[in-house]
Amino acid sequence: MEIPGTYVFDIPRARQGYPFNKMAYSLQQPVNREAYLKDERGYLESFGLSESQITAVLERDWLRLIKEGANSYMLMKLGATIGVGHYHQGAQERGETYEEFLATRTNPGAT
Amino acid sequence: MGKIVAGIGSSHVPGVGRAYDLGRQETPAWKPLFDGYVPVKRWLEDEVKADVAIVVYNDHGTAFFFDRVPTFALGTGEVYPVADEGWGPRPLPPIPGAPELSAHIAESLVADEFDITMCYDMPVDHGLLTPLPLLWSHVPDWNIKVIPLAVNVLLHPLPTGLRCFKLGQAIRRAVESYPEDTRVVVVGTGGLSHQLNGERFGFLSPEFDKEWLDRIVSDPEGLTKLSHDELMLRAGAEAVEVIMWLIMRGAMAPEVVELHRNYYAPLVTGMGLLSLIDA
Repeated sequence: MEIPGTYVFDIPRARQGYPFNKMAYSLQQPVNREAYLKDERGYLESFGLSESQITAVLERDWLRLIKEGANSYMLMKLGATIGVGHYHQGAQERGETYEEFLATRTNPGAT
Repeated sequence: MGKIVAGIGSSHVPGVGRAYDLGRQETPAWKPLFDGYVPVKRWLEDEVKADVAIVVYNDHGTAFFFDRVPTFALGTGEVYPVADEGWGPRPLPPIPGAPELSAHIAESLVADEFDITMCYDMPVDHGLLTPLPLLWSHVPDWNIKVIPLAVNVLLHPLPTGLRCFKLGQAIRRAVESYPEDTRVVVVGTGGLSHQLNGERFGFLSPEFDKEWLDRIVSDPEGLTKLSHDELMLRAGAEAVEVIMWLIMRGAMAPEVVELHRNYYAPLVTGMGLLSLIDA
């Protein structure tokens, strides 16, 4: 079943996103977070991300990453390293600014 | 003998852990969530007096990556470290395990044809940690022992709701065949409605959530008939993890009594809390 605006994380998608997700998974270690921030492109390349995935990370294009097989929990891990909250990522995936997104919520204080 | 003395359903949202650690329990945005846990925590300490909690949760690409994904993974360790998920570990003591009961449950489940993965050394993430300090005390140390049961709800194909319900029934048989007097609470975590990916990010359905909370009490077998597609369509892609509540419910008697309920959906997740005892 296709649900519009939904990218179900299945085996083909996990295969497509494997290098990105493995890179983000590595950011659970503080030493790797430091290495990432020291040389972002070099760190991405060392995990074998495609050029399209590298560009999407450098441009902070979260929806494109999701379409290329990124898992949302791995986006969270990357976001934690580079200082972008998951609700900011989600707002962008919806095509909204963060403020526009919060305005759609019943209690935006609970971030 | 082992005995299941209560069942609890609870959401597990990272933001709740952060709010807890920052002491935001009384702020207007968070009070409606945290207040719901206060009577449950008191009841657990004063009346339930459990020795062990079996916490059914999912790992979020923390202990397990997509290189190897167990469908059902049972902790067998003496202690479970608090994970660093990417933003530093939470300031909570390590979680004490119950290795003897774990070993018995593993033996019993496999003999019962549930071929679980056994995990001796495993950090636990927000899937398990979010509800734990809201239900039991960790000052100066945890007043509960925990057996983690991790369920794959990240990488499709996922186990069916019916399989989860049957696993819960097998867990009840395992606990009831344990020779030591041990009081066990089963906690089912996750949900309720939410979606964390794509243009549909932020999808919520309080209507679905109310139906889920009602029927997990009165009609769990009916809920096992909902397909993953139906769950994702009606409640959001990540809401499919509510199947973990069916493991908790399967471990309870066919008829149960609901003692506590709370619901709050401020932002992107319908956060539910339910406590049950056998009727």
